[in-house]
Amino acid sequence: MIWYIIKRLLQLVPVIIGVTIIAFSLIHIAPGDPARTMLGQHATQKEINEIREKYGLDEPIIVQYGIWLSDVLRGDFGRSIMTNDLVINEISSRFPNTIELAVAAMLFAILIGGLAGIISASKQYSVTDYTVMGVALFGISMPVFWLGIMLMMIFGVILGWLPIGGRIDLFIPFQRITGFMIIDAIITFNLPALVSSIRHLILPAVALGTIPMAIIARVTRSSMLEVLRQDFIRTERAKGLSERAVIYKHAVRNAMVPVVTVIGLNFGLLLSGAILTETVFSWPGVGRLVVDAVYERDYPLVVGCILIFAIVFVIVNLITDILYTYIDPRIKYE
Amino acid sequence: MKKIILPLICLTVIVSHMTGCVEEQVGEKVLIFGMAGDADKLDPADVTDGESISRMDNIFEGLVEYTPGATDIQPALATSWNVSDDGLNITLDLRKNVKFHDGTDFNADAVVFSFERQYNTTHPYHEYGEWAYWGYMFSDIESVQKINDYQVIIHLKNQNAAMMTSLAMFTVAMVSPTNAEKWGEDAFKHPVGTGPFEFVEWVKDDHITLKKNEDYWRDPPKLDKLIFRVIEDPSSRLLAIQAGEIHGMEYPDPASFESIEDDEDLQLLSQAGMNVGYLAMNTGYGYYDENENGVRDDDESWVKTPGYFEPLTHVSVRKAINYAIDKTSIVENLYKGTAIVAKNGMPPFMLGYNDDIEDYEYDPEMAIELLEQAGYPNGFNTTLWVMPVSRPYMFDPPKIAEAIQSYLANVGINVELYQIDWSTYLEETENGEHPMCLLGWTGDNGDPDNFMNVLYGPNSASIGTAGNVAFYNRSEVQEKFTAALQIYDTDERARLYEEAQVLIHEDAPFVYLAHATQNIVFRSNVKGYTLNPTERKFFYPVDIE
Amino acid sequence: MNKWDLVMGTFRNIHAYLMKFSIYRVKYVGARPRETKTQELVRRFRYNKSAVFGLALILILVFMAIFADFIALNDPNPSPPELENSLKPGFWDENGVEGKPLGTDMLGRCVLSRIVYGARISLSVGFVAVGIATVLGVTIGVLAGYFGRWVDSILMRCVDIIFSFPALLLAIVIVATIGQGLDKAMIAIGIVYSPQMARIMRGSVLYIKEMEYIEAQKAIGSNNIRIIFRHILPNSLSPVIVYGTLLMASAILDAAALGFLGLGAQPPTPEWGAMLSESRFYIVSGAWWAATFPGIAIIFAVLGLNLLGDGLRDILDPRLKT
Repeated sequence: MIWYIIKRLLQLVPVIIGVTIIAFSLIHIAPGDPARTMLGQHATQKEINEIREKYGLDEPIIVQYGIWLSDVLRGDFGRSIMTNDLVINEISSRFPNTIELAVAAMLFAILIGGLAGIISASKQYSVTDYTVMGVALFGISMPVFWLGIMLMMIFGVILGWLPIGGRIDLFIPFQRITGFMIIDAIITFNLPALVSSIRHLILPAVALGTIPMAIIARVTRSSMLEVLRQDFIRTERAKGLSERAVIYKHAVRNAMVPVVTVIGLNFGLLLSGAILTETVFSWPGVGRLVVDAVYERDYPLVVGCILIFAIVFVIVNLITDILYTYIDPRIKYE
Repeated sequence: MKKIILPLICLTVIVSHMTGCVEEQVGEKVLIFGMAGDADKLDPADVTDGESISRMDNIFEGLVEYTPGATDIQPALATSWNVSDDGLNITLDLRKNVKFHDGTDFNADAVVFSFERQYNTTHPYHEYGEWAYWGYMFSDIESVQKINDYQVIIHLKNQNAAMMTSLAMFTVAMVSPTNAEKWGEDAFKHPVGTGPFEFVEWVKDDHITLKKNEDYWRDPPKLDKLIFRVIEDPSSRLLAIQAGEIHGMEYPDPASFESIEDDEDLQLLSQAGMNVGYLAMNTGYGYYDENENGVRDDDESWVKTPGYFEPLTHVSVRKAINYAIDKTSIVENLYKGTAIVAKNGMPPFMLGYNDDIEDYEYDPEMAIELLEQAGYPNGFNTTLWVMPVSRPYMFDPPKIAEAIQSYLANVGINVELYQIDWSTYLEETENGEHPMCLLGWTGDNGDPDNFMNVLYGPNSASIGTAGNVAFYNRSEVQEKFTAALQIYDTDERARLYEEAQVLIHEDAPFVYLAHATQNIVFRSNVKGYTLNPTERKFFYPVDIE
Repeated sequence: MNKWDLVMGTFRNIHAYLMKFSIYRVKYVGARPRETKTQELVRRFRYNKSAVFGLALILILVFMAIFADFIALNDPNPSPPELENSLKPGFWDENGVEGKPLGTDMLGRCVLSRIVYGARISLSVGFVAVGIATVLGVTIGVLAGYFGRWVDSILMRCVDIIFSFPALLLAIVIVATIGQGLDKAMIAIGIVYSPQMARIMRGSVLYIKEMEYIEAQKAIGSNNIRIIFRHILPNSLSPVIVYGTLLMASAILDAAALGFLGLGAQPPTPEWGAMLSESRFYIVSGAWWAATFPGIAIIFAVLGLNLLGDGLRDILDPRLKT
């Protein structure tokens, strides 16, 4: 088992190197002088000369890559052109917000989707089944930004129940400790902040989580169906166990295996969706940062964001793989 | 599972109605104002954008200030002044017992510092900024000197009829020298002035918080805190103010005016705006202002701008474009009546406005004829530069650009739209990289020179710092502007400006689109705010009931 | 051999010959008509309700795309613009304008007509993007799967690297580098989806490679290229068709996303995603139609393709179900 993890980690290395190469080459593929690409159009000649020195832009490209990589490993991603602040600061102040959104969306997706899938499977071919699966099919066909706009319209504009933008109402004082607003609000016993931040989280989380929810519903259903057909289920029923116990105690546990993989595989969808959802709801996260950075041609920031996204994505895939082998010992770790 | 769902739904519904309780909790008077964008820098002399200016107008003050709602001046940090007979020297008496927010005394040293860092290239702080406005408005100042601790004298190179009103502008607000020393090049992030509010914090792209200055030299303001919150999306801003999350906002979408007026909790403040929005066509030639004196000297010759586009160098082509666009329709339907159609480069209430000029009517056939005459029977292809942000003179530039694109397609001119972020946009247009661009201007001091000379004078066609983005270079026009600035007789000035407008109209380097009204929305319980024609936002007298 | 045997033998030969013809079999021998492979597929297709429904949706969209000029009631980009019709509602409201049943957008353009013309754009973007992805992916997959060993390792590592970026993010980044515009968006999406195609193709190739008749071909000395083109490719086709359809659905979603972010179609092109982003701010002022209907159009297209893809998967290769 440990060997498997180590092996997978080793396999990861060339992939991560490849990712860094792509990120690095962006600055050089972009039209124009790389020094200007990194500093923006405003830069004075003095600043350009400094940058040329610092990154060795007159050296062969391999050396440049080496210098850049060593900086990155130390956490120095350069400075954002837009704000003149360190890229690492820009990203780290927004990163917790995106994580909160992603986690909330995932919880929503797993709870509702899983439930829907289980109910659907246990009532196969009934009206409930077809309805749930129909809705799920719609769910995976919906553009997430349209869903966000519709939710905003219905719950924000027409009904006025929930706020439509931002992270929290501003006249509420709050302290940032970890950066995760909900956790901070709980730690500092700040009830208004807690309430406000949860209210702002609901719509974006639902919008973001709907597509994964639909996928999870479908996969859970098919996985449950397969499991329910198996012999050991018949044994449980024969033993006299109630249908409910059969489903919840035995079937679900076994059916969850492929669902876990699916969650991991679709994490990329979640990240992409976060970019769109954050734009629609003005959520101060890394997704919106990437879009703004691309729009403003703020290459250092773009590169920093892609690296973070890719690394997170790769790590999540690795964890999914490992969890998968852990849960299902039947899988050979090839 | 079903047992959990119902209580969960109830909880959600309860939670979502809870904000109402929260608002009453805060004891102090906090006014949250929704802005469409974040400030660029918080150094009053180094910015040109309305977003930065709005925040700083509550932190800093100048020697003189505008009377509420007008562009007449009254004493502020200067108690009295005297202009010499030859008009070249202004002596000012400074107010005593005023302190900056960091405790430094306000005196002549501070005044000299605030001015000198902008014009004196050897001043240690000169390199920390670009001081763009100095070249536009203040290049006539030769030097500023201290007479004694509470008196200064300003020496001018030429007579300048607009100089006193210009001293009320934000660029010559007083900054604390000790603060600049302390922070060096980061001083723009830590503003310290003498104004009614003190700077607390700036969270980029989110909000800027100011608090009441207890030691203000007038009575302290009624508000305890003033927070500028960035909400870029106009519909989010509107919903926020409707929900009571913010107490005021700028740039409401004209399409929402009806719903605002119907809402009892909101009040819409409107005023004719001192601005102009236009489509500028690059007539082709600019100059490099090598010696940075703001004037085109004889050795600085006309060269082609990067955006030189042959068809636009013909007057008939430019007139054709004027005929091809239906300005009335744009103003009625896109501005939704929040503007008036513009036929000249400055709003009608300005001194020297020439009302006798007849505007180009909407006439596509005439446009096609003119194009044929100029040798372009099949039209041509070009690019239109558009800015992505709301401006006071144009609420939704991309939409207006699309409409223009459509009108021009009708006469055979195919236009591609080019959008880029606002600061790069300003740079590229100042550099003349565009064949056509949308832009505009809000007046700073109520003087016609602030429009005409800055925007339409050939001196302003300097590549890299151009205010004249059509690069219009008819020398007679510049002569009139220069002369008008140095005369104090208002009738004579008016005559010169009127003549200039006739020439500009003939050469048609611009399609003047609109003068937009200034609109701000507040909640009904916010009192005391007065709109200022310069669109600057002063929150000192404001109170919440 | 006597004469009788000769006669019977001749009859048997004739019978054997005539057995080739289905009409003989059915009428004189009483056999059921044998299906060709194609007929079998069509039959299975017809019985699969979702596939039929999906195909129907797609055909409607294709019809809209091809005959847009005749179906659309108005010009999607009238020049000069009819600004006086700005933000008018549709047939449900008495303030609506004649001939514009779904209302107008901010510039007075008919929402319905723009949606109809938008079908052209979305379908072609989906098609081209998936086309690029298929060409790239099939090439890589076949090379990796067939030649195996180090070729496989290197190619799959490269594929993994592209795979480690979330799809939309990579597309955004590619567009940031090569520029905005519908054509660049197509290329970006095509590149982003090629890893998936490559993996599918590789799996298929690996499976087929093991089959006996490939071994046989090698044994008789056919060269590699011949084997690839005549045997492996045609048999790997079914997963490509299935995934091609499903990927096209995602491609349309991603193209709309890029359009929404302003990185894809440029004004005044009536692309569905761009239409959404243009009009979303007017919902607050009460003009909900300009943003709602394009979204529904996107759902239509994507749903149709998903159903079709699911159905095809059921029919062609149930093995592919995850």
